[in-house]
Amino acid sequence: MNTTFPLLSSLIFLPLIGALLLAMAPRTNARFIKVAALLITLVEFFLSLPLFFSFNEQTTAMQFTEHREWFPEWGISYYLGIDGISMLLVMLTTFLTILCVLCSWKSIEARIKEYYISFLFLETAMVGALCALDLVLFYIFWELMLVPMYLLIGVWGGPKRIYAAIKFFLFTMVGSVLMLLAILALYFHYGDQTGVYTFNVLELYKASIPVTKQYWLFAAFALSFAIKVPMFPFHTWLPDAHTEAPTAGSVILAGVLLKMGTYGFLRFAIPLFRDAAFAAVPLMSTLAVIGIIYGAVMCIMQTDLKRLIAYSSVSHLGYVMLGIFAFNMQGLEGGIYQMLNHGISTGGLFLIVGMIYDRRHTRMIADFGGLSKVMPKLAVFFMIVTLSSIALPGTNGFVGEFLILLGAFRSNIVFALLAATGVILGAVYMLWMFQRVMFGQLTKEANKSLTDLTKRETAILCAIVFFVFLMGLYPQAFFKKMNASAAGYLSFLQVKTASYAPEGNLVLKQVKAD
Amino acid sequence: MVVMIPELAFGWIIPEIIITLSAVLTLLMAAFRKKDGGYLAGAVSLTGAGLALVFTCFLWDSNTAIFNNFYNIDNFGTFFKALTLIVTLLVTLLSLRYVEREGMITGEYYSLLLFGTLGMMIMVSSYHFVTIFIGLELMSIAIYVLCGLLSNNPRSAEASLKYFLLGAFATAFLLYGMALVYGATGILDVREMANYIVSGRFYLTPPFMIGLAMLVVGFGFKTATVPFHMWTPDVYEGAPTSITAYMATGVKAAAFGAFLRVFYTAFLPYLAAWSNMLWLLAVLTMTVGNITALVQDDVKRMLAYSSIAHAGYILIAFVIGDRNFSSSIPFYVLVYTFMNIGAFAVIILLGQKDRPNTGIEAYTGLASHHPVIALSMAIFLLSLAGVPPLAGFMGKFYILSAAIKAKFYWLAVIGVLNSAVAAYYYLRVIMYMYFREAVTEVGRPDISPAYSLAIIVSVAALFYLGIFPRDILLIAEKSVSIFAQ
Repeated sequence: MNTTFPLLSSLIFLPLIGALLLAMAPRTNARFIKVAALLITLVEFFLSLPLFFSFNEQTTAMQFTEHREWFPEWGISYYLGIDGISMLLVMLTTFLTILCVLCSWKSIEARIKEYYISFLFLETAMVGALCALDLVLFYIFWELMLVPMYLLIGVWGGPKRIYAAIKFFLFTMVGSVLMLLAILALYFHYGDQTGVYTFNVLELYKASIPVTKQYWLFAAFALSFAIKVPMFPFHTWLPDAHTEAPTAGSVILAGVLLKMGTYGFLRFAIPLFRDAAFAAVPLMSTLAVIGIIYGAVMCIMQTDLKRLIAYSSVSHLGYVMLGIFAFNMQGLEGGIYQMLNHGISTGGLFLIVGMIYDRRHTRMIADFGGLSKVMPKLAVFFMIVTLSSIALPGTNGFVGEFLILLGAFRSNIVFALLAATGVILGAVYMLWMFQRVMFGQLTKEANKSLTDLTKRETAILCAIVFFVFLMGLYPQAFFKKMNASAAGYLSFLQVKTASYAPEGNLVLKQVKAD
Repeated sequence: MVVMIPELAFGWIIPEIIITLSAVLTLLMAAFRKKDGGYLAGAVSLTGAGLALVFTCFLWDSNTAIFNNFYNIDNFGTFFKALTLIVTLLVTLLSLRYVEREGMITGEYYSLLLFGTLGMMIMVSSYHFVTIFIGLELMSIAIYVLCGLLSNNPRSAEASLKYFLLGAFATAFLLYGMALVYGATGILDVREMANYIVSGRFYLTPPFMIGLAMLVVGFGFKTATVPFHMWTPDVYEGAPTSITAYMATGVKAAAFGAFLRVFYTAFLPYLAAWSNMLWLLAVLTMTVGNITALVQDDVKRMLAYSSIAHAGYILIAFVIGDRNFSSSIPFYVLVYTFMNIGAFAVIILLGQKDRPNTGIEAYTGLASHHPVIALSMAIFLLSLAGVPPLAGFMGKFYILSAAIKAKFYWLAVIGVLNSAVAAYYYLRVIMYMYFREAVTEVGRPDISPAYSLAIIVSVAALFYLGIFPRDILLIAEKSVSIFAQ
């Protein structure tokens, strides 16, 4: 659907313009800067609502497309568009950014202007990467995400922030530059084959590439995205980056940036190199399951609250990867839905940890205990988000995880069984953590005088909990947006091989019976 | 005996004439003005370079050989001439205040700068070995002296002497190479040599091969290719920073221009003979340049090593031998010019008289006290690292496309991995600027409108070339159309 108003372009560049306007604001008026940043992110969110409500649920084609010439001799164009998969992720991005701005209200005191400018710049890059349908455009936005995140971790982060920031940047960059070479190789291959030299990814889907070459190209793309997801064994940057980043940085990192990796697999690595992707299923599923179990086991050992949640991200995204590589409707839709869930629940967890940290300035579990006595409201929200992370039925986590396990069962029982043990481990680490932090005796002096949630914090957590329940009890609202695109995606993949049969109706019946 | 003087040919070399006149004028100003009219000499220099640039742009799309084929006006030469004039303009801007500050002799400084530019312009505008050599020598001798102009600074004198001694050797290599090639082919004009080589009457002989190798050594020295790079860090560090900027950008541009012209016109039929050698040199240059830069604590020296690494990236495009894709070389050189001049401008900004402040500690906490300077430096460093949407990424992208198209996969992989390694030391400076709090007092930066103008122009150029590179890429493609069959 081609609209005359360039909605996607405005969504991408509005935060950038906002950042430039903020750059001109006086440094001394902190309140003005915060309110301005909040307004910009709110406008951005409301501007993205038409994407959700005017979304055409029947078609598998790209919507809200914008196609402009950029460098025609080279086949590079300014091509934007979204479908069911990316639209939901864009909504998640715009929603979480508001919460990030709100939660930084009191906790960032130094260089507030640069902080919000970096955040808005990051939002531009994220939305751009999600909407880009031209490989070079995508690559530009992908690399662009690195710089503001590097600054956010390195300037406003914790004690080991410099190490974490550099590790994050270099790790991700090495993967990305190899992906750049693969993009170029694909471009020239398609051009030599058909005479059409283009970076338009929808065109490039039609390329037929010899299988050996596909392995190399898929490996290059997969490396870059696997580092971002993060998949075992490329995950080592994650715990440091998450722990040392400021609260809002962790929220956006876990909530959105990690999803860029899985989105990259969905949009680029798998459809461009189908045979290699199918051949890689055992490897990818193995790594996913290792990630689930290893991440969960590491969580159990953690003494730092934030590091625990960081490793839980590794575990949760292992589920997403397992679902995606099951290559059936349940796995795919479960994987996409779990991407959204993880953003909400892990984002919520980081927000709560941030609120506790604002009061106590420590993240060590041993320093807490019995906090529910002094902060009952926080305890309630914390419990709900914890249960969402564990995937308790009624919360959003359950829908996603159940669908993923269903899909994985249909494609490979062994992986599904192993992954299911991860559910138990998930309950172990989360509940034990919750018990040590919130329940038990109020032994530490410092904990006795803590204040409960302020109105701002309550508002943030209400928004999170609202989505936990909405997505858990009425997931159809979101599934109907992605059904067509997911079905179209799977039928597109089936063109090459007939080993996995799509079952379009199963998931709809499943959800309707709720 | 009747001597024919083709008067009309002088119209073609108006830019060179303007530069010569400006050079002579500034020299006379140094001789006849009692007090040092520093700004006046700078103004003359700026005007001269600006006028020459305007006239050079008029020469676009012309194609003639003048002075009995000793000099050529074509798109390739025009592009590189314009580039060197842009370099001269920006360096003159930087020098306006820098020269005053450091107490250098102004008349001779600007005059030598302009003579150096003249040498560069001559070097890139000819197919004839002798003219190229004359241009090279003119440029080199001017720079040898310019390096040593920081009076009372032993490092500066050391730089000048080192450059002179090693440069003399390298020039000798270049000359022997030219002589051997002349001996093997009997021709000094590269275009005629190209015809001769493909005519079938020519076959590879040892003198020719040795001559070729020596030419690579000679050009490799000037472009700071490993293993002919040993002079670069010391000379760049010791020379006055504005001259370092001049050397890093202008000299490299001219040297690469002459290198490209000579090799792609005459020696492409024997690509296999020298391509492997250049492959090795490219890999060595990138790797050595990047790895040594990792451990540098002096930002000026670090930029010297980084310029070695960037020469390595440019050599990737040389190795490929693709006539059309060689347009990536002029484009990259242009992008590289703006990045480097900007970075050196910031280095000059942060120093004061007797306190050059080139160590990395001088950048600690820069972002909190001088956010605009820190932001500009961050932009230049990110562009050098190849982060989109800045021009450095576009340059690397174009060169990598050439490599992938010609199926030089390993070279491309080495190139991008080097790029990732390089990101570390560029990020290190950004880290010092943004992540650390200022501890030591480094004094007020030397802010002046001239520096700001140079920095603003560079930043704007980097964004323009990064986001809308199309027009300049098309110009670059036209400039290498001289190599088309």
